[in-house]
Amino acid sequence: MTDLLIIFIGAVLVNNFVLVQFLGLCPFMGVSTKVESAVGMSMATAFVLTLASICSYLVNTYILTPLGIEFLQTISFILVIAAVVSLSKMFIEKTSPVLYRVLGIYIPLITTNCAVLGVALQNTARSFSFFESAIYGFGAAMGFSLVLVLFSAMRERIAVADVPVPFKGAAVGMITAGLMSLAFMGFSGLV
Amino acid sequence: MQSAFSDPILIFAVIALVGLAVLFGAVLGFASEKFKVEGDPIVEQIDSILPQTQCGQCGYPGCRPYAQAIASGEANINRCPPGGQATINHLADLLDVEALPLDAESGVEEEETKVAYIIEDLCIGCTKCIQACPVDAILGAAKQMHTVITSECTGCDLCVEPCPVDCIEMITVEEGLSNWHWTLPPSSSKQLEGFKITDVITTDRVKTKQDDAA
Repeated sequence: MTDLLIIFIGAVLVNNFVLVQFLGLCPFMGVSTKVESAVGMSMATAFVLTLASICSYLVNTYILTPLGIEFLQTISFILVIAAVVSLSKMFIEKTSPVLYRVLGIYIPLITTNCAVLGVALQNTARSFSFFESAIYGFGAAMGFSLVLVLFSAMRERIAVADVPVPFKGAAVGMITAGLMSLAFMGFSGLV
Repeated sequence: MQSAFSDPILIFAVIALVGLAVLFGAVLGFASEKFKVEGDPIVEQIDSILPQTQCGQCGYPGCRPYAQAIASGEANINRCPPGGQATINHLADLLDVEALPLDAESGVEEEETKVAYIIEDLCIGCTKCIQACPVDAILGAAKQMHTVITSECTGCDLCVEPCPVDCIEMITVEEGLSNWHWTLPPSSSKQLEGFKITDVITTDRVKTKQDDAA
């Protein structure tokens, strides 16, 4: 239990995928101009990340390892992620039209979020068990959501702030992200 | 010499990847059948109530975008002057919200049916009205006289403004034997069975907006 908690906290704060490992920066910069869309993206990513982490663990353990073809990890994980994303898109569209309206356009974008592939590859590299993989995926998703929502809240305020002209727009966003990354370095050594 | 094809790893790799791809393909194919969604039923319903003048007086680029805006709760139901109070009441029925008076910002309801009429002696053939017409009811070409296809004209007024020589008039159509139509039957509620309106529209939200407006 303590192990799982450590993995979770480690994924959320200490080895945060965005600010410490610099994975998934594309949606981090792209979908963070409004809190509302950031929350939508976070929810969709959390769902896919957890599911993809579990599925890629299963594929790795029961197909790739017994056949001795672990070198195909990357390509088969990409296959798994694409399938999981399409499946969740269809599932959400059918079961919850309201949620689909909120998440709709963000779901296909997750396929290209490298944090998803990063989690799957790290699961195997650190030889996690089934539950550890699931928790690690969920923790990574929570860490991603946390920084995405925090960052978008800051950007909403920066958008109306008096920023010097050369730093307007993406430039000040990059600087903010860098400062956040520095702040997250403070969590290192927590676990 | 050993052939590359006799290497078991290669064969495993091919079989495993093809197997995975086929498996995921089958699952996705099955899911797309099982989770099929036929359009957005509520948007279709709203769109069928709107008068299809495509006039844009509601602030949206046509009737369908307005229907989508209503369905998503962005717009109030009282912004359609061509449809008038009848359309608003009909929409209020369908969406189970209170009927509102027509929003004055969008325009006023015309009691009588009007069509555009081009005074052909004055027309200089500039094609500006053709570009403005949302339903392609104006015939003509550059430097040729234009004319209005009366049966297609929805009386939306949009062509009057761009005419540089003011040769377009809106004339009232008297209801007579040649142009009288049965009124359309109220849309059947059968399509709405098993479909909860709250799935799409939060009534509270619409009501709050309406309270704000009041």
